[in-house]
Amino acid sequence: MAEVSKRKPNMSPKKNEMPSQEPNVRNKNFLEVALGYSEETAVDEAQRCLNCKHRPCVSGCPVNIQIPDFISQVAKGDFDKAYDIIAQSSSLPAVCGRVCPQETQCEGKCVRGIKTEPVGIGRLERFVADYHNSKSDTKIQKIKSNGHKVAVIGSGPAGLACAGDLAKKGYEVTVFEALHLAGGVLVYGIPEFRLPKSIVQKEVDGLKALGVKIETNTIIGRTITIDELMDEMGFEAVFIGSGAGLPRFMKIPGENLNGVFSANEFLTRTNLMKAYKDNPDTPINHAKKVAVVGGGNVAMDAARCAKRLGADDVYIVYRRSEEELPARKEEVEHAKEEGVIFKLLNNPVEILSDEDGSVNGMRCIKMELGEPDESGRRRPVAIEGSEFVLDVDEVIIAIGTSPNPLIKSTTEGLDTQRWGGIIADENGATSREGVFAGGDAVTGAATVILAMGAGKTAAGAIDEYIKSKA
Amino acid sequence: MYKIISKKPLNPTVTQMEIYSPLVAKKARAGQFIILRVDENGERIPLTVAGTDKEKGTVKIIFQIVGASTKKLNSKNEGEYIQDFVGPLGVPTHIEGLKKVCVVGGGVGCAIALPVAQALHDQGTEVHSVVGFRNKDLVILENEFKKCSDKFTIVTDDGSYGEKGVVTAPLKEAIEAGENYDMVIAIGPLIMMKFVVATTKPFNVPTTVSMNPIMVDGTGMCGGCRLTVGGETKFACVDGPDFDGFKVDFDEAMKRGSYYKKFERKAYDDACNLFKKEVE
Repeated sequence: MAEVSKRKPNMSPKKNEMPSQEPNVRNKNFLEVALGYSEETAVDEAQRCLNCKHRPCVSGCPVNIQIPDFISQVAKGDFDKAYDIIAQSSSLPAVCGRVCPQETQCEGKCVRGIKTEPVGIGRLERFVADYHNSKSDTKIQKIKSNGHKVAVIGSGPAGLACAGDLAKKGYEVTVFEALHLAGGVLVYGIPEFRLPKSIVQKEVDGLKALGVKIETNTIIGRTITIDELMDEMGFEAVFIGSGAGLPRFMKIPGENLNGVFSANEFLTRTNLMKAYKDNPDTPINHAKKVAVVGGGNVAMDAARCAKRLGADDVYIVYRRSEEELPARKEEVEHAKEEGVIFKLLNNPVEILSDEDGSVNGMRCIKMELGEPDESGRRRPVAIEGSEFVLDVDEVIIAIGTSPNPLIKSTTEGLDTQRWGGIIADENGATSREGVFAGGDAVTGAATVILAMGAGKTAAGAIDEYIKSKA
Repeated sequence: MYKIISKKPLNPTVTQMEIYSPLVAKKARAGQFIILRVDENGERIPLTVAGTDKEKGTVKIIFQIVGASTKKLNSKNEGEYIQDFVGPLGVPTHIEGLKKVCVVGGGVGCAIALPVAQALHDQGTEVHSVVGFRNKDLVILENEFKKCSDKFTIVTDDGSYGEKGVVTAPLKEAIEAGENYDMVIAIGPLIMMKFVVATTKPFNVPTTVSMNPIMVDGTGMCGGCRLTVGGETKFACVDGPDFDGFKVDFDEAMKRGSYYKKFERKAYDDACNLFKKEVE
């Protein structure tokens, strides 16, 4: 590696391929699909970075990781230093390296990407984080308490990021989680084969080592209210990172039939409750022909889980075309490789059943793309007379989620949007003094990295708020 | 971990436990429920709160041993611990302002009906209770009901105790005799609640039913507990569990409730065999 500093960039037009399980093997197990770069591959990939002056990748990163800096350390083989650089900006690199939509963020801005493939920034981030996590001697410096207490509601990416930053500043942080396990969508939603739960556990354990308390089985709004946290329990500020957990349905006939699930239920049973294992306590239906309605990451996750649970035919039914699929490109590619069938430009109109009330088909209508709508995407329009019945025995609805109304309905003076999102300024401050919010609870369903960024921003604002009162 | 402070069988298939959970005990009101998991890989089991002792910090639950998970719960003893216990969930039963109410309980549903009857009684409401069981051996909470009821009627399907018949007969008689109930609150098997509604509807007596569909998280996240109420989809966990009985689609709820029967039977049989082996 001695010559590296004067190296010429590696001008290979393609990213180093990610070693992965073979599609026909992995679509029958829940082990992680992508196996990660070796040290040699990581160094080689890092050398594809031109280290360009204007650093467009950094502006594509919602948390402004100093990407060329960490990559040049990888290129030199100094993975520890690379980790330190990432850790300055990101709380969950092992997670984000796996689940960020890099193609629309950092890699989407990469200069190498104009003519060839961009640098595999996400893969390098993952490599660095995994390298760091694989070493057991990671020392965590316990920070001296500054005596101020902050409550964090929700242990998903927003809450974990906020809690981590505050703990590092010396705050006594307690995270309240409604479910029996910390991690939020990282544990109930994203499947094991895409994000191993041991990685999430490691992040949570890291927070605990910093002194963060995690109270599971505690529903803010029911078990304890925000007013009680602040008035009786001595928390000076509260961060709401309760996510967007309420599933939306299509409001078409047949949606309450047996065999129709929200993606949340299907994924929660599979991931959180481990229904994919042999003889699980929590059952799941092992259907043979499954339609997943929607085109986002959650839809891809559900489709790939259904395949792994033994379905012969799994369809993604999406009303727009491939170009508009909101899922990460890699998830779409993986799903295709694993045998998921894409029924694009199709929209369900009714779910059909046998006499017992179990699903035995889904009536769909073909669509075409018309003029762009308010989202800028071309509006799908039904083609009259094109209805047909898709032969399925299970339907999973993955068309999005809304924020849970529980906190809003139990917290006076907390302003929300009409659709339920908590209203917060760019620093996360809400209409209630000392109450901050961020992530999906504010924006509606978005990405892990945006939630994490909002959690970090709010942590900074909470720090300033508490200092200003002292 | 949550400690089991007391455990007692109420009949051969129904057990009462008190669990130490001061935060839930402080907050829970009649009609709300909790979710528990017995052990690390356990299923999330929703159970309606059957009572609380705020001073002791305990929450009373009453459950019927119907599946593998409730069997496992029943294998735990006083002084032992269960893995998870969270609540209170759902909206409390609306009892404010009611002057005269008939509380109808069926089978283990009586465990949930009792705290509602007690809360009504405590606020000065005239309470008539009608409770029904399959036979004498399955009767639970009779004395507790008597204590909080101005009138008390007990029926069994086979006539082995109380009047022979189902709960709707005495209910209909009372309404026909001119008892002007502000509300009938029915808690029991779906089929019983459906027939209670069929009884009260012709007389237009407002009727609240407590729904207990299959659910996973209990916080509005999975939507597994959805019901059709007045033509709209509602989530029992956050919109209920109480609903206007006149509006509930019971037939759909019954179909949805039977979805996992085949899994439950298998899991129960497997568990039974396991227990048998342990005994051998």
